[in-house]
Amino acid sequence: MPTLETELYRGGRFVADDAVYVADGEPLPANALALVSKKRYLAEREVLDAWQGRLGLALETADTLDGLEGTLDRFATIVLRFARYADGRPYSLAHRLRHRLGYRGELRAAGDVLQDQIVFMLRGGFDALEIAHAGTRAALRANRIVVVPTRGTAPVVQSLAAAE
Amino acid sequence: MAARKIKFDWVAATANDLKGGEAVFRRADGSWTRAVAEAELVPGGEAGAALLARAQADHAANRVVEPVLIAVDPTTRRPLSLRERIRADGPTV
Amino acid sequence: MYRYDQFDRSFVAARVAEFRDQVQRRLSGELTEDQFKPLRLMNGVYLQLHAYMLRIAIPYGVLSGRQLRKLAHIGRVYDRSSGHFTTRQNLQFNWVRLADIPDILSELAEVEMHAIQTSGNCIRNVTADHFAGAAADETVDPRPYAELLRQWSSLHPEFTFLPRKFKLAVTGAAVDRAAIQVHDIGLEVKRNERGEIGFAVYVGGGQGRTPMIAKKLRDFLPERDLLAYCEAILRVYNLEGRRDNKYKARIKILVHEKGLEEIAASVEAEFAARPVATANLGEAEIARIAAYFAPPKFASLPARSSVLDAAQAKDSALQRFVARNVSAHKAPGYGVVTVSLKPIGGIPGDATSDQMDALADIAERWSFDELRVSHAQNIVLPHVRLDDLPQVHAALAAAGLATPNDGLVTDIIACPGLDYCALANARSIPVAQEISQRFADLDRQNAIGELKLKISGCINACGHHHVGHIGILGVDRQGEEFYQITLGGAEGADCAIGELVGPGFAADKITDAVETLVETYLKLRRDPGERFLDAYRRVGLGPFQEALYADA
Repeated sequence: MPTLETELYRGGRFVADDAVYVADGEPLPANALALVSKKRYLAEREVLDAWQGRLGLALETADTLDGLEGTLDRFATIVLRFARYADGRPYSLAHRLRHRLGYRGELRAAGDVLQDQIVFMLRGGFDALEIAHAGTRAALRANRIVVVPTRGTAPVVQSLAAAE
Repeated sequence: MAARKIKFDWVAATANDLKGGEAVFRRADGSWTRAVAEAELVPGGEAGAALLARAQADHAANRVVEPVLIAVDPTTRRPLSLRERIRADGPTV
Repeated sequence: MYRYDQFDRSFVAARVAEFRDQVQRRLSGELTEDQFKPLRLMNGVYLQLHAYMLRIAIPYGVLSGRQLRKLAHIGRVYDRSSGHFTTRQNLQFNWVRLADIPDILSELAEVEMHAIQTSGNCIRNVTADHFAGAAADETVDPRPYAELLRQWSSLHPEFTFLPRKFKLAVTGAAVDRAAIQVHDIGLEVKRNERGEIGFAVYVGGGQGRTPMIAKKLRDFLPERDLLAYCEAILRVYNLEGRRDNKYKARIKILVHEKGLEEIAASVEAEFAARPVATANLGEAEIARIAAYFAPPKFASLPARSSVLDAAQAKDSALQRFVARNVSAHKAPGYGVVTVSLKPIGGIPGDATSDQMDALADIAERWSFDELRVSHAQNIVLPHVRLDDLPQVHAALAAAGLATPNDGLVTDIIACPGLDYCALANARSIPVAQEISQRFADLDRQNAIGELKLKISGCINACGHHHVGHIGILGVDRQGEEFYQITLGGAEGADCAIGELVGPGFAADKITDAVETLVETYLKLRRDPGERFLDAYRRVGLGPFQEALYADA
């Protein structure tokens, strides 16, 4: 279970989310998106692959992708946790998931997801943000996020500069 | 050396002003001044910890940034370390 | 030079608006210092001993007259009518107010400048040879590649929260004036036997508390692969670089701990897996960027200037200046002029607003409106007609900018040190000033010849002391400033890290120690053509140690 209240931001708005972090060894929920650790997935791979429910993979900041090759289509989402926003490893994990491992499903940022970094996350290939920080949620609701454009990509959230 | 021995005998609270960035020192009345000679001096130890707590409250209230205690000679009212004398007086060049 | 396109303009404007919002949130108390600090650092704003400091990016050191005039104006309005040029070809204002910084950034945006990525654990301002596009010994102009790297690295979504800062340098001349071997990635643009352009790629160099000379990953990376290959290096570093210890977080430590072979294997695997669609730099894109750096229309001139020869015969100051501060240009009849920001007894790298205005005027009139900032904290006028040198020299002299000491013992690199910097342990500037005054005599300086003296006020080595022929490192010894000396460092193609000569010296003894080293060199050199560095490499530390510590 998430220990903080979080909301999921996807496609430019907040959406309902039934994802549940399932601790290693705990039973999987029947009617929810079950998020399991890499350790558990690799240990119980056959059982989990055969399981009929919706499954997601929750990676920690320091996890590598070793051992996950060829398995990724199994997941409805892959969560990359930012232990601290200043630890940018999840950005490169996202790139490898997309471009080296060919993952096409949802990439979800979680953990230290803050107003001034979410532009990097959205541009870096994340589709969804699990946000605990109240100020960041308020800023997104009020469209108070400045988007600095990048060559070759469209703005992802409404810009303060453009709004002026 | 003598300077080392009295290092934490008397202390003042210093920080940088939030808006301007200049080095400032806390007066006894709770205001902040650019003149170290006007700073409240207290003995180190418990009184020092209490002064630092007051300065940190000013940091939390967004008046100053990153307060710390510095050792000050109570007779001359000058900071003991070269770094803090330069902070108080400006560059030597 | 490069001109902003619509994208760059909107990018910088949006960034200014973003930071204005962040400063307002900070001043209103909505953001705490802990939350704000990383944001201000990403915009080049530091809190130093006396004030906020704003570090402005000067991409690969290239400035126009209009830009320099704007910097002069900002200095006048928001600082103390001066600015400080740094060893990363940037400019720092030491006395700005936080509340004013959004306005300063707006003013900078008017002349296509900003302060983005001059701090923080991101890819910093890309540096390049300050003689790029001008030097006679240049193989390929490195500026188009530096610009491509700048665009690629600007707010790169993947590489803005690296384990530590990351510095790239590019040279297009084998002599390497850009010190590429002491950078996280160093690139030498060159041609192969078929005339194709490619890069020697070095990785893992750096100074700081653990100085390392970079190791070569590729001898000839094809031009089209530049960005994809750098991206592979950065991705490996971002994922594998140490984050447990700030002092072991630079890529040089990763390369050192894993070894070149393992790093090379990881980088090559990452590079091989690059997405096809974005991998290659198209010829059209390279040509589009290179067009910004097309050489100016040089006149057809004889290699020698009779005007200059005649003027030099009558003016010994001009003669000294030309002999010392003018370098060979690729176009006949032109010269590359180094304007020293090291007047005797001055603050290395400082220029007043009036001097910046004067330099802007001179560049517009006599150097195709181009200026460069060198990592030696000097200014370069890259394209001056030899015929115009007497007038240029007179104009520089009138602005106090004609010190003829390029590469001499008084052309000292020094970090701001304890007079300004919150990290420093000892002062640097007063040491530089005293040494400069001791060696003020120009005949003596010229008799000594090339001698690169570099001073850092702490182990972070912003004054590049590790690569000084004579390096001076300030330390705090029980509350007293103390200075250690290293000898034999070099930053070019013959890159070397200096060796510690022995116990340090008190502040009032360091100038004497430097003089002893110089006198020792003068006695033992084979002939005046043997530079201090050459002599040191021949004889080693021994004679210098004997001279320094004879009385100990």
